[in-house]
Amino acid sequence: MSGVVINEVRRGFYLDSVALMRLSRVIAERAGVEEAALMMGTPTNKRIMADAGLLVVAGQAAEGGDLVIGIRADSQARANEVLQEALSELDKPAGHGGAAPQWRPRSTRAALKQVPDSNLALISVPGDFAAAEARKALRRGLHVMMFSDNVSLAAEVALKHEARALGRLVMGPDCGTAIINGVPLAFANAVPRGPIGLIGASGTGLQEVSCLIAQGGGGISHAIGVGGRDLKEEVGGITTLMALDALDADPGTKHIVLISKPPAAGVAARILERIGASAKSFTICFIGASDLALPVNARLADTLKAAAEDALGGVGLGTGFDPAARTGRPTPERDAVWGLFTGGTLCAEAQVIFRAAGQSVGSNAPVPGALPLDRAATGHRLIDLGADEFTHGRPHPMIDPSVRDDVLVEALASSRVGVILLDVVIGFGAHADPAGHLAHVLTAHRRPDDVRVIASVTGTDGDPQGRTAQAAKLEAAGVMVAPSNADAATLALACLGCFPVRDPTSRSA
Amino acid sequence: MSDEINETLLNADLKVVNLGLESFALELTQQGVEVVHVDWTPPAGGDPALAELLSKLGV
Repeated sequence: MSGVVINEVRRGFYLDSVALMRLSRVIAERAGVEEAALMMGTPTNKRIMADAGLLVVAGQAAEGGDLVIGIRADSQARANEVLQEALSELDKPAGHGGAAPQWRPRSTRAALKQVPDSNLALISVPGDFAAAEARKALRRGLHVMMFSDNVSLAAEVALKHEARALGRLVMGPDCGTAIINGVPLAFANAVPRGPIGLIGASGTGLQEVSCLIAQGGGGISHAIGVGGRDLKEEVGGITTLMALDALDADPGTKHIVLISKPPAAGVAARILERIGASAKSFTICFIGASDLALPVNARLADTLKAAAEDALGGVGLGTGFDPAARTGRPTPERDAVWGLFTGGTLCAEAQVIFRAAGQSVGSNAPVPGALPLDRAATGHRLIDLGADEFTHGRPHPMIDPSVRDDVLVEALASSRVGVILLDVVIGFGAHADPAGHLAHVLTAHRRPDDVRVIASVTGTDGDPQGRTAQAAKLEAAGVMVAPSNADAATLALACLGCFPVRDPTSRSA
Repeated sequence: MSDEINETLLNADLKVVNLGLESFALELTQQGVEVVHVDWTPPAGGDPALAELLSKLGV
């Protein structure tokens, strides 16, 4: 790495991570700046800054309550100028919409004096402090949703054991989506109430299934996120099993859908045993899993779409959509699909569909049967842009869709890429106009006539962005919009003349 | 235990204490959910290990 690196530390200065990442982006885009980051000086953040070549001696002395500014620029003078700009941005008073600043509690304990019957702590503080805040909330009788990531596995295990003993639910860490009693929390969508309960280790999996159920005329009782590691052997599925007990006892829930990557074998056995003891019916969608011995009251779904269809009692979704009728083949040398996903489970679902069509596929987050990218130099590439290598120190692409821009432009310029496959995830928490951003990038760059761009929109018309409006913006930019992520993947294959050997988007009984 | 979770969370009016991203609190408020946003700053002088210890001691 070349350039001059400078650090400035502001002692005892806190801003939330999204505000800091937004300011980081603004500063990093200034002329003469190679890279920039503003982060709280926690041990995790200092490691990220060091890896990015943005930490020097001054920054190393920062502590978790301090803000660190790191700038790498082409000259000392330029670095200093941009630093002054960053500092003046930080000194701007926070907006209160013209109203007088409101008194705010400084702790969970003080918040509970204000509203004593609060029942949920929603925690998105830096990961190094999240477990401590969760523990304080649990001991004051609150259930917890932890959006924070970078929480150690040991801390997660300890918290969940304590929560279970207290009769409280810990959703997370790294839990992005939940709908509790009709209220979407963090990244979730406006879906109708209904008798289908969801439990998911995957945020975008919960979002896609809940939205497809809404599309099919159904509704959701509750959607309980458990965090991406709950079904690992070390955690033992504690939150999943507690959520199963709760939804099993909930009179408003008639059918339960479980969504996850394949669990550890021992955990899967305990979960399936618990399901077998229930009088309710279940749909199991362990994306990429096979050969599960299911109890009689459970059915397996290979894809998120199949899970939604099964939960709806076998209703076919997107039946008016015919991939074969919408294809237009790229020239033969353009034989690769690049899928650029903001949703990790949407990326996994597309891989499952490609594998079912007999296609070799490489991914940075490969499902069983897919290849890691370094072993799949050519051919189809399905990328999870929410993975750590893309989001260290940057907002998730569902918050900041520009994370996808560089690789999208690379795909448009490639002579091998015939189809670009995209997801657009809307709803609460997400960017205000992801389709508008995508459309802008697509129209600003030359696209060869025979390159197809295919997308789906995960969301509903009740969401702030509106699913229909988002789809219209994509279509106006020449994007083919499919009714679901699974249908988009199937259409991508159809454009290359490939069709699934068996239809993985339909129910497997 | 499942009855307790149903009574105190799933089938109760949601009342949220929000720590961290203020946008989550704003969106919940816009949906009519009662939410208290905590003016959070890193506790224990910004030392995660000390914060962890204090939380275990109930401080």
